[in-house]
Amino acid sequence: MNIIFFFFQILFVLLFSPLCIGVIRKVNALMQSRKGASIFQPYRNLKKLFHKDEIISEDASWIFRIAPYVVSASTLVIATSVPIAFAPAFAPAGDILVTIYLVAMGTFFLALAAMDTGSAFGGTGSSREMTLAALAEGGLLFTMLVPAVIVGSTNIGMIASRIGTLSIFQYAPLLMAFVGFFLVLLSENARYPFDNPATHLELTMVHEAMILEYSGKRLALLEWAAANKLFIFLILAANLFFPSTISGAVFGITLIVSGLLTLFKSLILAGVIALIESSIPKLRYFRLPDLLFTSFVLGVISLIISIAM
Amino acid sequence: MVDVIIQNGLAITLVFFLVGAFGSILFQKSPRICNAWSHAFAFLGSAAGVLFSAMVLVLGKTVSYQQETTLPLFEISVRIDPLAAFFIFIVSIVALCTSLYGIGYMAHYHGKYNLGIFGFFYNVFIASMLLIFSAQHAVYFLLLWELMSLASYMLVTFENRTEGTVYAGYIYFVMTHAATACIAFAFLLLYHAAGSFDFDVLRANADELTPSVQTAVFILALIGFGTKAGIIPLHIWLPHAHPAAPAHVSALMSGVMIKTGIFMLIRFFLEFSHPYAPWIGSIILLIGAASSLLGVLYALCEHDLKRLLAYHSIENIGIILLGFGGAMIFASLGLQSFMRLSLVGAFYHTVNHAVFKALLFLGAGSVAHATHTRNIEEYGGLIKTMTWTALCFLIGSMAISGLPPFNGFVSEWLTFQALFSGISSGNVFLTIIFIAGIASLAFTGGLALACFVKAFGVTFLARARSNEAHDAQECSISMRAGMIVLALLTLVFGVFAGSVIPVLSHIVQSVTGFSGHAAALFSTSTTVSVRNQFASISPPIIALAYIGALIVVMLSVYSVTRRRTVTRGLTWDCGTPLTRRMEITATGFSRSLLMICKTFVRPLKNVHIQHIDQSHYFFTFQKIELSFLDIYELYFYRPIAVCAEYVTDRARKIQSGNVNAYILYIVLVFICMIVWLSLSNV
Amino acid sequence: MIATYLKILRTPKTVISTQFLSCQKDIVRIGLQIEGKVKKLFCGALAIREVDTGSSNAEEQELSALSNSYYDIERFGISFVASPRHADMLFVTGPVSRNMADALRKTYNATPNPKIVVAVGDTAFDGGIFKGSYAVYDGVDKIIPVHFYIPGDPPSPSRILCSLLEILEMCDGIRT
Repeated sequence: MNIIFFFFQILFVLLFSPLCIGVIRKVNALMQSRKGASIFQPYRNLKKLFHKDEIISEDASWIFRIAPYVVSASTLVIATSVPIAFAPAFAPAGDILVTIYLVAMGTFFLALAAMDTGSAFGGTGSSREMTLAALAEGGLLFTMLVPAVIVGSTNIGMIASRIGTLSIFQYAPLLMAFVGFFLVLLSENARYPFDNPATHLELTMVHEAMILEYSGKRLALLEWAAANKLFIFLILAANLFFPSTISGAVFGITLIVSGLLTLFKSLILAGVIALIESSIPKLRYFRLPDLLFTSFVLGVISLIISIAM
Repeated sequence: MVDVIIQNGLAITLVFFLVGAFGSILFQKSPRICNAWSHAFAFLGSAAGVLFSAMVLVLGKTVSYQQETTLPLFEISVRIDPLAAFFIFIVSIVALCTSLYGIGYMAHYHGKYNLGIFGFFYNVFIASMLLIFSAQHAVYFLLLWELMSLASYMLVTFENRTEGTVYAGYIYFVMTHAATACIAFAFLLLYHAAGSFDFDVLRANADELTPSVQTAVFILALIGFGTKAGIIPLHIWLPHAHPAAPAHVSALMSGVMIKTGIFMLIRFFLEFSHPYAPWIGSIILLIGAASSLLGVLYALCEHDLKRLLAYHSIENIGIILLGFGGAMIFASLGLQSFMRLSLVGAFYHTVNHAVFKALLFLGAGSVAHATHTRNIEEYGGLIKTMTWTALCFLIGSMAISGLPPFNGFVSEWLTFQALFSGISSGNVFLTIIFIAGIASLAFTGGLALACFVKAFGVTFLARARSNEAHDAQECSISMRAGMIVLALLTLVFGVFAGSVIPVLSHIVQSVTGFSGHAAALFSTSTTVSVRNQFASISPPIIALAYIGALIVVMLSVYSVTRRRTVTRGLTWDCGTPLTRRMEITATGFSRSLLMICKTFVRPLKNVHIQHIDQSHYFFTFQKIELSFLDIYELYFYRPIAVCAEYVTDRARKIQSGNVNAYILYIVLVFICMIVWLSLSNV
Repeated sequence: MIATYLKILRTPKTVISTQFLSCQKDIVRIGLQIEGKVKKLFCGALAIREVDTGSSNAEEQELSALSNSYYDIERFGISFVASPRHADMLFVTGPVSRNMADALRKTYNATPNPKIVVAVGDTAFDGGIFKGSYAVYDGVDKIIPVHFYIPGDPPSPSRILCSLLEILEMCDGIRT
């Protein structure tokens, strides 16, 4: 019974994650007074990529060939457990730390695959990505710990279902933690000011540099996995920090309504990301650790405040 | 039958090791027989050890044995309680795999060095560690400790013609003897308070120590056993000694020998003197936090694969101490169930670290032997020829970075949960200390991940960076077997965590006497949950979900793209031909992280240029050295060394060589003694 | 910041719609025939990689103008990508100088099938103003097979856009 539920969660995330990317690109285009591609363009891109042949470098080993599957699988496992419409009592990746480390697993294999090609771009991209990922861990853990401590559980589903029942004073540290989490979201998903997802300059790439060597179906898997990761982080941001709309029932129309509300909240946050992308420049690489440290400090302060309350 | 095995298990194990030791001396003329004999008997001994300790753990019995000797203050007293059995299990299982590995590995030393001596000290080393864990008498313990240090020194300096090995052995020798002095002093203080060297008496006397004695014992034990464990700033011997030894000895040293320090710290701080004030546990927690962060930062600097792994040992000892310090804080606050949670996390990380560190060292050893260099910048592309080594090293890297579902993740999760429990209990200072612990653990996890992407990526992936790496061959079957067993163990300890935790809880109960209900930690065969559903994970379900997701993705992608072709081509290089120098180097990979953390790591760059004539633009010779300021040597050891030299220089004046002066000293001491005795009589 | 947002909102849309582009049907199909079904794949999503093989940079200026808010090539689902591995179509400009011949071949080999090669500009067709020079191969089709060519020195963005749309329409036509 639970498996069917997890399967639907996976389908939800898979189906709507390219939509988030499409919305971000559309809002970016509108901010540039252009019309831009339609919000369903990423779906067409993925379809086209699945129909293309692949070229794999001679220097690459089985790590390069298996990495897209591992990265996609890690996003799918997390997708079974994010609180979209209903929080089951037990989910495979239901704990905060499991989520963080499954994301780390995906990053690990992607970085290895980028190094596997032996090109300078992949190696540099790997190095930059691992530096940012290492420094973002503290912020990610602490900002996700704040709602856990307030609610009294590190189980994601339980946090999502109980976060709506807080008093107004408990929201102040939660808001600070949200800002910190949002910074880490931007870092982990290679958005401004950490990375420019549309750049052609390899020396400034972080995430894109790692997928320069991929083509065909593996590229499609990686692009989809990146979209999944963004959507998952958006759902977590929407449902862990704001009064969530998780329904209590397993069946029924409330489930569909909750799911759509979560989607709506995520799309609004995606629009906010696009607004930020259109407003600020990408920061120089050695200024990024300052931002990540800021998110860490915000997490620590809000944690101390929420404990003190 | 089972009772017979348990009663005599230790003796049987020791017999195997002794036969192995003396047999290899006997056969030292023939390296092949020597190699096989010593490793085979070590293997048998460790197998016996695994069996015996597993039985003790599962059945929950305690074995004791005592033997009076004619020497005063010395008796052979052996007691195997669950804690000792647990550590014996760790030693045995690591020694099992390293002995298997060693048969193939030492084949490279035939004809170059004396394998008889090696076999002798190898068996003595493992046997001494087994005996240390079971020792119950302080003097007996110190003798065994010394035996272990000497055996390991001999093993570290085995390759004495290699540059740097003798120096490594020398540093190790000095540090371990300074530590032994502190330990001896601590035992003497305890003896003075309790009246006996026997551990049972010390345990019974634990509550009656005065605070000053307690503090003194704490500091001495921390310095002494901390040096053996490798905490910052007493760690300087570790990065020299562990790489210098042969690979499977490094695995044993890094995986097991430093745990003897942890073992005795547990005995000292939980059994021989309690209760402690919270600030003592805080110090241990902060030391753990500093060790873990600094250890991983220094590991990022390294481009010698074995030194990198040695620094990671320091990091993981830091993580164990985080759990241990948390446990001591909880014990002092009276929160027994949280203490149990922390201790279970610390114990679990002990066994996990032993397993995956041994695996990583064995992998590094086989890589070093295949390419005849330890410099990571000359590796590359080894995954194509050394597939099994690469796979095992990958599993080890995933385990040490704490990725689910391997074993590192479960113990780090438990440690995290223990620290989370601490932030809302106690006063403000303790909250801040626990938050510092959580922060260091979080960053350590991330930095370890980055470091192992570098280590695995530069060593195994892409193209070879040197001719040796290009021509490397896969290692022999015994080496592969040793690594594969350890790799399987990382998976087993990770997925079956729910079955391991009750055993660990039982050990905690035997050490601390706390057998409270399972509120703080509860585990079934599939789930581990903490504090009444504050958090729970299920490692087997994570593993199954992951494999299921992987299969689903692969099948669906295959069905959609069946008719697409995959061709091989050149790496996209923007049109310029790629050479081996264009691949990312290990130094380059970690340079940005080190620049960010430069206040802790203190990178230095020395540039030597020789210009042509008076020109500042052209040069004949340029050498750039990237290194790191050794702040421990500069600010910690050098002042101590300078002080010691100064004092001893002045003290040398007493040895004037003049016999009359010596007679004067004897008479003066005699007079002082008479005066003192008469005063004390009065 | 707010002033910037208000200004963005108040600026009228300047995107040139397709019927106002003066479309000249100047496409010369050179070289290989492409199977009908291959062209179908590019409907809706086309990834283009630019390769400059020694051009005067005039074509590049026009190509980069395609992404501005007047021509807005993105609305057709066409985007420029950073690596030939991601690309479906190669825009090759320049007469292929000798130094770039190898690089051009490598780029072509690095692009996965199915792919289309478009030579943009007169210099890419037969050398243009550099024709006959010792330093160039006269035209892209001397090095790699070319499927389409867009004439002009340089072709204006509207001509490039029209030609691209013609190419895509060809694939549309075969599908219907």
